Amino acid sequence: MKPLARLLLLAAVLAGALLLSVRLGAVRLGTREVVDALRGAGDPATVAIVRRLRVPRSLLAALVGGALAASGACFQALLRNPLAEPYVLGVSGGAAVGAVAVIVLGASAASGTVALAAFAGAALSIVLVLRLAASAGRTLDTRVLLLAGVVAGAFFNACILLVLTFSDAESFRAALFWMMGSFSGATWREIGLLALAGGPALLLMAALARPLNLLSIGEETAAYLGVRTERVKLAAYGTASLLTAASVAVSGVIGFVGLVIPHVVRMLWGPDHRFLIPASVLLGATFLVLADVLARTAAAPTELPIGVVTAFVGVPFFLWILRRRAA
Amino acid sequence: MSGWRCAGLTFRYPESSRPAVLDLSLEIPAGTTTAVLGPNGSGKSTLLRLLLRILPPSAGTVEFGGTPVARWGRDALARAVGVVPQGEESVFPISVRELVGMGRYPHLGAWRREGDADRRAVEEAMRRCDVADLAARPVPTLSGGERQRARVARALAQQAPTLALDEPTASLDVAHEMAIFELLRDLGHAGKTVLLVTHNLNLAARYADRLVLLDGGRVAAEGTPREVLTRETVERVYGWPVEIVPHPGPGPDTGAPQVVPLAGEQCVRMAHGEGRSHAA
Repeated sequence: MKPLARLLLLAAVLAGALLLSVRLGAVRLGTREVVDALRGAGDPATVAIVRRLRVPRSLLAALVGGALAASGACFQALLRNPLAEPYVLGVSGGAAVGAVAVIVLGASAASGTVALAAFAGAALSIVLVLRLAASAGRTLDTRVLLLAGVVAGAFFNACILLVLTFSDAESFRAALFWMMGSFSGATWREIGLLALAGGPALLLMAALARPLNLLSIGEETAAYLGVRTERVKLAAYGTASLLTAASVAVSGVIGFVGLVIPHVVRMLWGPDHRFLIPASVLLGATFLVLADVLARTAAAPTELPIGVVTAFVGVPFFLWILRRRAA
Repeated sequence: MSGWRCAGLTFRYPESSRPAVLDLSLEIPAGTTTAVLGPNGSGKSTLLRLLLRILPPSAGTVEFGGTPVARWGRDALARAVGVVPQGEESVFPISVRELVGMGRYPHLGAWRREGDADRRAVEEAMRRCDVADLAARPVPTLSGGERQRARVARALAQQAPTLALDEPTASLDVAHEMAIFELLRDLGHAGKTVLLVTHNLNLAARYADRLVLLDGGRVAAEGTPREVLTRETVERVYGWPVEIVPHPGPGPDTGAPQVVPLAGEQCVRMAHGEGRSHAA
């Protein structure tokens, strides 16, 4: 199959997952009802459920999944480390410090204040980690970047624990739930924010795809082949970090997608970033949409934390792929 | 035509007290095959990195094609010089075809699609380096010799008039090593400028037009193989007793100086001031 055909197939699968996600929930809907509701026809209650709850929630899950998977693919190439994932450089920690701080100060987790504080915290951590890493030398050493990120992450975790120590039971619980990640508060505002960051980021990543291919065989070799390595590293770091920051700001910390989806794509179709990045976006989106369906329906009316579902579904799937490849 | 010229070139690694390259002046003329030789840590790879604009000189100048290398853009330099660096480890298992195809990046950049000319350049490079049959193989499954040939193929796919190779035959068996040197000779005859760093004095003497022998970051000797590979020079630079014998032939290399390292006891005898036997 040609790469373009594969991408179209993945897009079709994503569309199917989105439809399923809009249909399933406390009230089960048929495809017909969903289509009617989208046009504004039919039962007003159904229209409200579809337009205000299910569609925003499904779209947000898709956008976050795509953003995290693309960011993970980018970090793995940049850090030349297959274990890298979107949170490895402390972005999630910075976001969580911001979010937890305003929650403890009394902001409701559903309000825009938390998202804003999380994004500010993430942005701060992005700059801080880069400054830490860049102060070590003339060029950006990605091994130092990794160390700086891990150290910053540990520091942020300590900050979170410190803040939580002095919080009351209610905000403690709210902060914990925020950190576990959820799409329950999805509105068009979050979708807009993420799309705003995601569109330009994807374009930049498309431009970075070939340089990242070369970077993954070695920085010096990439330079000999004409890659402006310093510029590419900075752009990749900035893009992947911003995508992660925007995702965490709107949905909290959702693990596993950014680590595992790029690996799945690589194992199935090879490591060329020109295909890997768009395919990761589509597959990551599909994966999180379906994981959210499970989170909502598996133990209804209790909603499972989305991170639990991504790990429970993702780990066995990943193991299966590893075994299949070894055979 | 492009060749290198450096004057007063000095480089010291930040964490090191001693300069790796010290006040080095050198000319590498275009259209020649030049081998850079020297003991471990004599500055060979550092010199190559300075010539290729990976390291900025602490002092002195480097020119390539009459222009300071600092003024060469990375992409322009990549179209002018194909490089096979010492070691590299791909994080993800790409195929030989993909690895060699990366040699087209200087011509394609981030966006342009691979055209017929690019595909032909890649096929031709793989054929010349005898890796065409391995095109679909993932690089990590290759033997050391195959991998090295694939990397040389990548540099050839760049279609640059100059080639620079850092120990391209390290850890290769004799047949694979010879195949690479023969390929370099063909490329040299075809008009390419070849610059190579190697530890193999004897093959350098046979295949290079000019040798540059480094010692402690300075040029200990340079010139034709006969001028550089004398017993006195080699013994002084490497600190080991050797005999120089002419290549017995047959072939085009007949008479080229060949270095035969002698047994270690000779060292002891030399240190005691005893005469050396000169039995050929």
